Amino acid sequence: MVSALDLHVLMVPAFPLLGAVVIGAMRRKLKGNTAGILGTALIALSFVVSAILFLHRGADEPTHITTLFNWIHVGAMDIPFAFQLDALSLWMMLIVTGIGTLIHIYSIGYMHDDPRVATFFAQLNLFSFSMLLLVMGSNFLVTFIGWEGVGLCSYLLIGFWYTTPEFNYAGRKAFVMNRIGDIGMVLAMALMFYQFGTLNYVDVMKQGGMMATGNPLIVTATLLLFLGATGKSAQLPLLTWLPDAMAGPTPVSALIHAATMVTAGIFLVVRSSVLFQLAPYTQDIILWVGVATALFGATVGLFQNDIKKVLAYSTVSQLGYMFAALGVGAYSAGMFHVTTHAFFKALLFLGAGSVIHALGGEQDIRKMGGLKGVTKTTYMTFLVATVAIAGIPPLSGFFSKDGILASTFAESPLAYGVLVFAAMLTAFYMFRLLFLTFFGTYRGTAHLPAGQAGPHESPKVMTVPLMVLAVLSVIGGALNIPHIFGGHDWLKTFLATAADGIGMERLELSASTEWMLMALSTSLVLLTIWYTWTLFGKKTTLDGEPADMPFLKRLIAKRWMLDELYAWLFEKPYSWISRHFFGIGEEKIAVPATVGTGKAALGLGEWLRKVQTGNTSFYLFGMMVGVVVLLIITLFGV
Amino acid sequence: MMENVMTAIRLVPLDHYLILSFLLFSIGMVGALVRRNIIIVIMCLELMLNSVNLLLVAFSAYHSDPGGQIMVFFIMLVAAAEVTVGLAILVLLKRNTNGVDMNQLNRLKW
Repeated sequence: MVSALDLHVLMVPAFPLLGAVVIGAMRRKLKGNTAGILGTALIALSFVVSAILFLHRGADEPTHITTLFNWIHVGAMDIPFAFQLDALSLWMMLIVTGIGTLIHIYSIGYMHDDPRVATFFAQLNLFSFSMLLLVMGSNFLVTFIGWEGVGLCSYLLIGFWYTTPEFNYAGRKAFVMNRIGDIGMVLAMALMFYQFGTLNYVDVMKQGGMMATGNPLIVTATLLLFLGATGKSAQLPLLTWLPDAMAGPTPVSALIHAATMVTAGIFLVVRSSVLFQLAPYTQDIILWVGVATALFGATVGLFQNDIKKVLAYSTVSQLGYMFAALGVGAYSAGMFHVTTHAFFKALLFLGAGSVIHALGGEQDIRKMGGLKGVTKTTYMTFLVATVAIAGIPPLSGFFSKDGILASTFAESPLAYGVLVFAAMLTAFYMFRLLFLTFFGTYRGTAHLPAGQAGPHESPKVMTVPLMVLAVLSVIGGALNIPHIFGGHDWLKTFLATAADGIGMERLELSASTEWMLMALSTSLVLLTIWYTWTLFGKKTTLDGEPADMPFLKRLIAKRWMLDELYAWLFEKPYSWISRHFFGIGEEKIAVPATVGTGKAALGLGEWLRKVQTGNTSFYLFGMMVGVVVLLIITLFGV
Repeated sequence: MMENVMTAIRLVPLDHYLILSFLLFSIGMVGALVRRNIIIVIMCLELMLNSVNLLLVAFSAYHSDPGGQIMVFFIMLVAAAEVTVGLAILVLLKRNTNGVDMNQLNRLKW
């Protein structure tokens, strides 16, 4: 019995899977743009079906479960392979397929000259499929397959240009860091199965909702889930992989490491919001981890010189905002920021890709400048995204960031203060990036491809997605206009139909307080932008190296030495232990033991082979002796 | 008819069957161990098998259990097959070494 609705639900992940399999299998046969167009068409179909599902959503059935087959059925364990269609998964599906489609289109242009373009699109489609599995799964285990799937695709795509060893290391680092978080997720699943006897979201939330607030089991489970989320969403302390992940092609950075995959952790927390709502202790931790990460990312972003690194740390910082929102129970605010961030951060990355493309691979912003006149579309869209992320009204970033800030203020003014400071830093590093790239004079020496006279604008196939995203970045705020502006919190109302936890949020602030908070953050940000203009607006010279800077600046420029700290804390002791285990365990115990066993067997064989004389009578005699011995043993029980 | 055979077997005490069987088996075994002529060795093997047969039949009669006699048929069958193989080896040995000395078989080692 498959209803039309079920069929539509199955089609959404089926298209990208089909694309991954077909393009992957025929990657050597597909010439030119065929793979790109095929992959784009399939993800676009997926988006169309998602949109149909969204438009024809029945109000009478807020949560629809589509069971594909009975997946695991062992003893008391009963786990179906099923998809859950509700407001939350639908919203994520729209983001994943919608942004995914735009980035696929962009990739056709960006990856045009790459010899492995078909492989790229196969992996990109596989990623879309995994991500859809992640958001659509009706239980933790199906989500977990998607969770691991996106991790795998992330690894593959970071190391897409595998001939450069550093890129492979970056992929490996992302994979290992994510595994640390995954341990938390697996343990959380085991704990929940132990407690509830099921992993279905609906059942877990129903049973969990009846437990007391602060139940130690719920607190442990949510902490473990959050550990998983920190790994995937690059929060402290598991964030160092995300900046390195920029080794991948730029569309990958836009899709996986900005718009979709890294928001999986937020999705997971929102999905389990009922449980998190019952664990105030965990929520506090989430809030402060989010705030600390927002500040960390924003500070490090200040002095980065690689255009993609700046954006990477910016992503880390914005993810921190989202988690801060979750920490104060403002789930819809978090999801709203996920949405708007997907718009403007994808736009920023694609714009950066366009700039890199224009300069023939140059990524150092110190060697850019003055591109405003040359790459007009890129400049305009990049400007829109920068203004949006800085949080200037009425662009989308303002509304989502304001929602988070207001919710945080109601809960903890200190956290609010830190987040506003981080917002100022955000404005600083983003406008520094904008000014250094597009304003002033061109400072590069540009090793451009042959036949290219100077920086040039990207083809239409790349600029059209930029324009679409720019429009979305501008109007995205309309999704969730708060009451204070005469809006109706549409997204919040929509998402509230998905789970009990969403909607019961945000201590209401008085209108005057809200106006004041908005005015404060906006004016501070505007001030910062003006300051940034005075510093970088007309810059023609290069920045100095970190060595010339004062201590704090040098520390920040070196990313708070976090990588060095991890190397010192984990890598060094591990290498030391490994070296000594090799010296003692391997060379003194394992090798003598194995080699000794072999030598003993050889010696015994050398000696015993003399028995094989070839004399039949002797064999018979041996047999008889054996039988007699066996008889004696049997009869006398020796 | 069958009863008569059983009765006839029971006329001789069981000990005598045991002793005879033991002697036949020992002769067979010693012969198989010490003789080098492969024909003799095969004959000795048959002797050993048949001593066991004798014992099985005797016990079968004394215990009124036909199972032992059925086992005898199996052993005879196996003995026939075994002798077929053994004689084939004998023929080949004769052809290759122009003799029937079983120790010549140690050449197979190399």
